[in-house]
Amino acid sequence: MAYDKFTILKSSAVPMPIENVDTDQIIPARFLKATERKGFGDNLFRDWRYETDGTPKKDFVLNNPIYSGKILVAGKNFGSGSSREHAAWAIYDYGFRCVVSSFFADIFKNNSLNIGILPVQVSPEFLDKIFTAIEADPKAEIAVDLATQTITIAATGASESFAINGYKKHNMMNGFDDIDYLQAMKEDIKVFTEKSLY
Amino acid sequence: MSNKPATLFDKVWDSHVVRKIEDGPDVFFIDRHFIHEVTSPVAFLGMEGRGLKVMFPEKTFATADHNTPTINQHLPVQDPLSANQLKALETNSNKYGISHWGLGNPKNGIVHVVGPENGITLPGMTIVCGDSHTSTHGAFGAIAFGIGTSEVEMVLSSQCIMQPKPKKMRINVTGKLGKGITPKDVTLYIISKLTAAGATGYFVEYAGEVFENMSMEGRMTVCNMSIEMGARGGMIAPDETTFNYIKGREKAPQGAAWDKALAYWKTLKTDEGATFDVEHTYAAADIEPMITYGTNPGMGMGITHHIPSALAGDSKASYEKSLQYMGFHEEDAMLGKKVDYVFIGSCTNGRIEDFRAFASIVKGRKKAEHVTAWIVPGSHIVEQQIKDEGILDILTEAGFQLRQPGCSACLAMNDDKVPAGKYAVSTSNRNFEGRQGPGSRTMLASPLVAAAAAVTGVVTDPRELMA
Repeated sequence: MAYDKFTILKSSAVPMPIENVDTDQIIPARFLKATERKGFGDNLFRDWRYETDGTPKKDFVLNNPIYSGKILVAGKNFGSGSSREHAAWAIYDYGFRCVVSSFFADIFKNNSLNIGILPVQVSPEFLDKIFTAIEADPKAEIAVDLATQTITIAATGASESFAINGYKKHNMMNGFDDIDYLQAMKEDIKVFTEKSLY
Repeated sequence: MSNKPATLFDKVWDSHVVRKIEDGPDVFFIDRHFIHEVTSPVAFLGMEGRGLKVMFPEKTFATADHNTPTINQHLPVQDPLSANQLKALETNSNKYGISHWGLGNPKNGIVHVVGPENGITLPGMTIVCGDSHTSTHGAFGAIAFGIGTSEVEMVLSSQCIMQPKPKKMRINVTGKLGKGITPKDVTLYIISKLTAAGATGYFVEYAGEVFENMSMEGRMTVCNMSIEMGARGGMIAPDETTFNYIKGREKAPQGAAWDKALAYWKTLKTDEGATFDVEHTYAAADIEPMITYGTNPGMGMGITHHIPSALAGDSKASYEKSLQYMGFHEEDAMLGKKVDYVFIGSCTNGRIEDFRAFASIVKGRKKAEHVTAWIVPGSHIVEQQIKDEGILDILTEAGFQLRQPGCSACLAMNDDKVPAGKYAVSTSNRNFEGRQGPGSRTMLASPLVAAAAAVTGVVTDPRELMA
């Protein structure tokens, strides 16, 4: 599935200073029953966001109208647990295009890159700076520039660079995905298969 | 070929790289691909949307497990959404000629139980599945890990995925395990030391006397939980225990093919002098029966201990949120805490050895009246073993009922949900908030600890009930 190209994203951000946010919180298993990829955003953070009767929980950040934006900023070890890509789909479908944390779980990071969400890993100190900036001004603008691999807090000018491999960066900036790449090298794969033991 | 000493992981990884991309991932060839009903439908849709087909249908195996009922499997599935997913798996499998063990098939069961027990999982293979506990298959000296649905689509359409090579970690456990200490305790102990993110970015090799002496079932339990400390996977060098387990299984090589495979498998070990990015060593003598008290698998402790004060590395706020969810407090003893539900099963502890352990404690005792117990075999083959070995009689005598195979209450996609606020001792792999049902409170433990809780109704040291 193609996704939007990612170049520069300037947006306010939604703060979630919680550590070890696992994919069961991002989207609980009972919402994985669809056979198509649509509507997952409605159940993003379902059990933190809604009471069992469906009433929004007032103290949860997504229900607080002062916060909005295309960037989610979360505590360390974001996306741990299950490999469900539904977690990344829910985040994308809700409207986020970038998740910032000081540490990401591996599979979540891969899944995000594969569907066009940019995971930006920053230092714990820079993460604190972002949380502080949002606390001071809930509409504080954060700029994420993929070409230069920098993230900047507009109000203070504080910035930090982030890592991404050149291949994935090229893909994200052009909206390409791995399946396109693999299809283009199928002959090589066939030759490889012939010498495979299994 | 260089003669540089290599690790087991290097040997298997490097022999599966189709292409190295500069400043990018490796194009990584997959020998075996398992699919189930939850993470595959969108991959088939995506593939068809691009006009692609399954490249090697004989390398993919489908089984229904995540979203299946554990009673009345002969009847139509009641939940229309679940039924629809199961139907999609069957339709997609049939359409492309993929082997499909659906509900009711005698080979059906949890994907990470049926793969090994049918000889599909072999040493030196690369194995993926849209399920993070695919790490289980590492017990055979395979590189096995979970993938997302986009990657399922890649494997279906090209038999490859794009992966940066992880760093290498070796975990040694030396000495001998004490009475009542199981492989589950070993893995919960390691994770409690390393934390739920302590192995992120690494692929683990487990080594040392404890793993050498462990059964294949036990090794699968340990490798299964590798993801719970963030590792993509974990593996153990194949040895005679491995070869004896595989020999004669339905899809295992036979005759001359066996001899050829065996010769190769015997080369699959870490060479003397090969190096790891990180190495940890623990002593078996320090490991007690373990139990978790929080909301990630790193929050585990010896069952006789008291809940520690805020963990090093995690913020106080996150730690307190976790204990608050569980209804526990710092310095609480875990022994004696009331248990409402007991679940034995899952890809972590749903194999025959686990039910033998469970039965060894409940034999001659009765289920505690207030406890609801879900006893769920990992597959029909395990279910049959439970019957053949007389374990079912012991369970029935003690007041337990055996359910039918599936993932069940591990992720509670089906009706096996622990109600809000209730406490469950579970042999599964995750104690996340709401994992076993919205508001459920999970304590992870071994089958022995689960059995002790099931007969006493409270958290109990199983060693007190052992002869």
